[in-house]
Amino acid sequence: MTKNKTMTGAEIFIQCLIAEEVKTIFGFPGGVLLPVYDVLYDGPIEHILVRHEQGAVHMADGYARVSGKPGVVLVTSGPGATNTVTGIATAYMDSIPMVVFTGQVPTALIGNDAFQEADIVGITRPCTKHNYLVKDIKDLTKIIKEAFYIATTGRPGPVLVDIPKDIFTGTTVFNYPDKVSIPSYQPTYKGHPGQVKKALDFILKSKRPVVYAGGGVLLSDASKELTKFSEKLGLPTTTTLMGLGGFPGTHPLHMGMLGMHGTYAANMAVTDTDCLIAIGSRFDDRVTGKIAEFAPYAGVVHIDIDPTSISKNVKVDIPIVGDVKKVLKEMITALPKAAELKKFRKGISEWSGEIQKWSTEHSLTYDRSGKGNIKPQYVIEKLYELTKGDAIITTEVGQNQMWAAQFYKFDKPRTFLTSGGLGTMGYGLPAAIGAQIAFPRKTVIDIAGDGSIQMNIQEIATAVQYRLPVIVAILNNMVLGMVRQWQELFYDKRYSHTCMSVAPDFVKLAESYGAAGFKVTEQEDVEKVIKSALKIKDRPIIIDFRVEPFEGVYPMVPAGQPINKMLLV
Amino acid sequence: MRHTISVFVTNEFGVLSRISGLFSGRGFNIESLTVAETMDPEISRMTIITRGNDKILEQITKQLNKLISVIKVHDFTNEKHIERELAMIKVSHKTENRAEILSIVEIFRGRILDISPKSYTIEITGACEKIEAITEILRPFGIKEIARTGSLVIGRSPK
Ligand SMILES: Cc1ncc(C[n+]2csc(CCOP(=O)(O)OP(=O)(O)O)c2C)c(N)n1
Repeated sequence: MTKNKTMTGAEIFIQCLIAEEVKTIFGFPGGVLLPVYDVLYDGPIEHILVRHEQGAVHMADGYARVSGKPGVVLVTSGPGATNTVTGIATAYMDSIPMVVFTGQVPTALIGNDAFQEADIVGITRPCTKHNYLVKDIKDLTKIIKEAFYIATTGRPGPVLVDIPKDIFTGTTVFNYPDKVSIPSYQPTYKGHPGQVKKALDFILKSKRPVVYAGGGVLLSDASKELTKFSEKLGLPTTTTLMGLGGFPGTHPLHMGMLGMHGTYAANMAVTDTDCLIAIGSRFDDRVTGKIAEFAPYAGVVHIDIDPTSISKNVKVDIPIVGDVKKVLKEMITALPKAAELKKFRKGISEWSGEIQKWSTEHSLTYDRSGKGNIKPQYVIEKLYELTKGDAIITTEVGQNQMWAAQFYKFDKPRTFLTSGGLGTMGYGLPAAIGAQIAFPRKTVIDIAGDGSIQMNIQEIATAVQYRLPVIVAILNNMVLGMVRQWQELFYDKRYSHTCMSVAPDFVKLAESYGAAGFKVTEQEDVEKVIKSALKIKDRPIIIDFRVEPFEGVYPMVPAGQPINKMLLV
Repeated sequence: MRHTISVFVTNEFGVLSRISGLFSGRGFNIESLTVAETMDPEISRMTIITRGNDKILEQITKQLNKLISVIKVHDFTNEKHIERELAMIKVSHKTENRAEILSIVEIFRGRILDISPKSYTIEITGACEKIEAITEILRPFGIKEIARTGSLVIGRSPK
């Protein structure tokens, strides 16, 4: 690396990215970024030109979720910066490592309502893990180093760095720091041995244990450890929406997802358990339902890297602050001998049997008769079958998201990308593009709704430009389905403003962008069209599946109800 | 329950809004907040008076600690500490009550900072309760204006 050389801020910026081993950035140029784009022109960083800055952030997010590396975004000041806010908030809620660079008006103009000035540091303070305004070119390298460090360590999250134009044009000697020292930021990784022992003793005394695993398992790359831990003890395991893929979806111990649209077995098990082992999860209200009646008989063990997650919503009896992977390893090492484990598994076999019964009595289902309109669940089962469960799936938000979570079985981590915390419609397509860029040879499918897809549809052009064969499978019900479902159930079928009868012809739309387009109206054609789509490798594909508009997502726990009070099919 | 917390933060641009934004964004309440540099000019000390049950206080402390700019959080509530606040009170006076006002100021160990034909400006230092007490006593005379600094806190040294 070039050292001790005098360079412009723009050159230093690119050198910092190289030093951080950034290969790809997602961006959109503008006035204050001209000096940077001029340097970018000479490589070696790959720059993906998006069509809207929100798209850039979701792409970086998708890239980060599948690869585990931080996503990097570069946008201009003012509107470029404000357009990133939804994407940043999405990443923040789901703890996704990301560094967003925004250009800013020259230092001397800050605060003067200059052209394209926005106080983006102020605006994003509550939705970033940390953010910076670079005020002196001498601080540029230190700040960038810290930004990457903060984004990727501890509980990951987005960090924003706002860089005024005069910093890019100024010059100084380039030296990238080797080390970061932030005394006020020291995440805890190793679990406290005393707590680990206490937790194990408690688990081994339980009769009806349940593991409830969340997105933290994926963020810490701990799915192997989790699987081993659950297997050794024979623990029935459920995951949150964010935890899907963190424990094999087809594993006999997997009860499926829990919560508002969780499986009957998972929700009943969590309600009756005497020992709830929460791992990298945060007791979100979509998981707990009515909090006072959540896991009422359980002693709670909670492993999480973020101390604020512990006892925030549900009182925790045995907290272990630390990195999920490290703590699980410690727990596995501290497990008793095989004979004792066997005895424990035998002791909970009655409980496992009860869960098995719940699973078979009320498995996830829908009308499989094949009569009438295409069933959206059928489309997802076909996608699962024809991709052999090996695709990367992204979703939009609403029914499409929940059906994808229920009917595609995720055996591997980092294969299911969804906006869990913020629930951002418009997330799926750009996230799929980001994922495809990270893994060019993988099949990447955005399971979409006709409403959500229109929120970032412009990114089809990005996918065409970079020849990315992302498949957009629109479960087109001509309505804002999830909201319609609530209106059906709780608002007397008064379908206020949820009908989207005016929509583009998605096939023509695809073709006008230079993508491939298919429309499917009959269930018997679903398989054939998916197969044709899977053969296309040089451009994105939109499939408009005309599905049953009145289909609902079940089970469903009405908002505010305890999770064992489910509406079933 | 009322809590007095000291928060040591890196003395950088925007840090005050990080702290106040955390409180408003999460619905925690702030009764008073003061901030100034410590002996080390790179570190500032904030004193925050807040209210909440144990669960809320646990969250406040943890959420503050989670901010990258926060170096240390110290809740003084359950230990020996000294709390002081300064207030300036402008109170009306008339010929017949001047002596009475002056004796009240003396009892509270206050000082007269400014005298005009119609009002006294009084300086008073003490714990929050003391300031509230003198305010109540002076209220019948006609308080025109009050300026308070908010509380400062420091731990008592072990004997
Ligand atoms: C940006 C944004 N706006 C509004 C919502 C509220 N919302 C949640 S689901 C939903 C309906 C989504 O409709 P569609 O994309 O067609 O999916 P479907 O439920 O029909 O599968 C809406 C409006 C949201 N989640 N995100």
